[in-house]
Amino acid sequence: MKSFTVSKAVTALMLAGLVLLPLYSQLSGNIFILTLFTRIIILALAAASLNLIMGFGGMMSFGHAAYLGIGGYAVGMLAQEGVGSGFIQFPVALAASALYALVIGALSLRTRGVYFIMITLAFAQMAYYVASGLARYGGDDGLTVYKRSDFSGLINLSNRTQFYYLCLACLLGVIFLIWRIVNSRFGLVVQGLRSNEQRMQAIGFPAKRYKLVCFVISGTMCGLAGALLANNTDFVSPAVMYWTRSGDLMVMVILGGMGTLFGPIMGAVVFLLLEEFLSQITEYWALIMGPLLLLIVLFGRGGIMGLLGRAGRG
Amino acid sequence: MAEPLLRVEKLVRRFGGIVATDNVSLDVAAGELHAIIGPNGAGKTTLISQLTGHLEPHSGSVSLAGRDITYLPAYRRCALGLARSFQITSLLLDFTAADNVALAAQAHAGTSFRFFANARKERSLRDAAHAALDRVGLLHRADVVVNRLSHGERRELELAVALASKPKLLLLDEPMAGLGVTESQRMVKLLQELRKEVSIVLVEHDMPAVFALADRITVLVYGRVIASGDPAAIRANEDVKRAYLGDQHVVTHHG
Repeated sequence: MKSFTVSKAVTALMLAGLVLLPLYSQLSGNIFILTLFTRIIILALAAASLNLIMGFGGMMSFGHAAYLGIGGYAVGMLAQEGVGSGFIQFPVALAASALYALVIGALSLRTRGVYFIMITLAFAQMAYYVASGLARYGGDDGLTVYKRSDFSGLINLSNRTQFYYLCLACLLGVIFLIWRIVNSRFGLVVQGLRSNEQRMQAIGFPAKRYKLVCFVISGTMCGLAGALLANNTDFVSPAVMYWTRSGDLMVMVILGGMGTLFGPIMGAVVFLLLEEFLSQITEYWALIMGPLLLLIVLFGRGGIMGLLGRAGRG
Repeated sequence: MAEPLLRVEKLVRRFGGIVATDNVSLDVAAGELHAIIGPNGAGKTTLISQLTGHLEPHSGSVSLAGRDITYLPAYRRCALGLARSFQITSLLLDFTAADNVALAAQAHAGTSFRFFANARKERSLRDAAHAALDRVGLLHRADVVVNRLSHGERRELELAVALASKPKLLLLDEPMAGLGVTESQRMVKLLQELRKEVSIVLVEHDMPAVFALADRITVLVYGRVIASGDPAAIRANEDVKRAYLGDQHVVTHHG
C-alpha cells in the first residue's frame, strides 16, 4: 500500500520545492519568484477548497471566486474602517464566507447538474455587482489595503518571507484538514453522495444536510485564501470575483486531478506558471494555453495526478 | 393477531389517467415473508416505491409497527427499520464492498457529523460490515471495488447493505432479477436463512422461488389486489390462474 509511486515522488519534490523556495529567492536575489509563488500558493489554497466540494463531493460550483472577494473585502473594509488587527480581520473573513456559503448553498443545493453550476455562477456574479456598487469602498475601482493585517508582532505580513511561509502553512493546514475530512465518517458520506445519492438516502442519510455542511466548509477555506490574497496584493477589487476567476479555479482542479489531495496544488502551479511564462512570450498566450489544457483534459483523464499515476504503473 | 409490522391501507397512486396503485391494502405480520406478485405493469414497483418513500401516494396510508410513515422521507423510514434492495442494482460503484456495507452500518450508529477520525478504522463499523458480508457469502470479496464485482455478487451485496442497517422489515425488489440458475438457487437458500431473522416483503417474478419462500402471497393486477393468502390458496385461485395464463403451469406445479 505505502509503496513508492511516481505521483508521490513528484508531489514530494513539489512540496520540497515550495518549502525551499524563499531560500533560493534569497540566494539568487530573485524577489519576483517569491511574489509569484506566494500568489500561486494562495490560489492553490482556493483550488484545494473547491476540490473538496467538486472532486470529493461532486458539486460543480462555478462561483467559487466569490469567496476570494468576500475574504478580501472583509480585510479591506475593516482596514479602511481602522480595524487593522488580523485577529479580527481573519475571523470576520472566515465567518462572512461561511455565512455566504450557508445561504447560497441552502438555495443552490435544491438543484443539481447544470442548474447547480448556473445558480452558483449567478450568485457569484451578484456578489461581483454588489462589490462594484460599494461606492464607499472603491466601487468598480477596487479598494487599496494600505496596511496589511497586523498580528501584533507574532508574524509580520509585510515581510515577504514570513508572509510566504504563512500562506504555505495555511495551504498545508487546509490540505491536512481535507485529508482528515475525506477519510472521516462525514467525508465518506459526502463521497457516497457523489457516487449514488439514491442509495445513500435509502440507507438512511439525509443528503442535503451533508452536502450543505461540506459546501460551507469549502467556502470558509476559500475565504481564508481571499483574506491572504488581499494582503498579498494590498488591494481588493470586484475583479477577483469575476466568473473567469471561478473558471480558472475549476481548471486548476481539473488540471491537477479532481478528488486527489495534492492535485489542486499541482494544477495551480502548472496553470499559473504557464500563464506567467506564456504571457511573457506573446500577448496571445491564451491561444497556446487553451489547446494545452484541452490536450491534458482529453488525454490525461484524472489530470496531472492521473497521468503520473499511469506513468508509475509503466 | 397483534399489530402487524407493516400495514398498508387503501393506498392510491395515479399517473395521469392511469391508476397504478388502486386501493391497495395489505398487512405484513412480524416474522412473515410476504410476496407480492403480478404480471408486468401490475404496479409492483410503484407500490414498493410508496413503501420506501421514493413516491408519495395520493391517498391511503402506510404504517410501520403502528407508526404512520406515509409521508416520511426515505432516510427517516430507514432509521425506523425499513431497508430495501433495488430492482436495478444501486450501489456505490467506486467504493469497495466493505465500504458500501460499512456506510449502511454507519447510518445507524451515531452521528456522521464526525470530521476528523478515520472512519475506515472504526472497528465496530468494519466488524458489522464483515459480518453482513459473511452472511451473504461475500466476505472473501470485501476489499474489491464494486465495479469489479459480477452481477450476481452485486445482488448479494445489495442484500448485505440492507442487512447492515439491522432492519425490522426488508423490502426486496426482484432480488433474483438477471441471476443465472445456480445464482438464483443460492439466493433462494440465502433468503430462506434470512427470513428466520427478519420480516421480508418480496417482489419477484421468479414463481418457483416465490412459492418456495412465501408465507403469504398478494397478487396485484392492474394496480388492484385480486387475491391474498397462503401459497396453496393462491395456487388454487381461479382469478390468479386467469391473470397468469401463460405461467399457469408454474403456479400449479411447483412448490
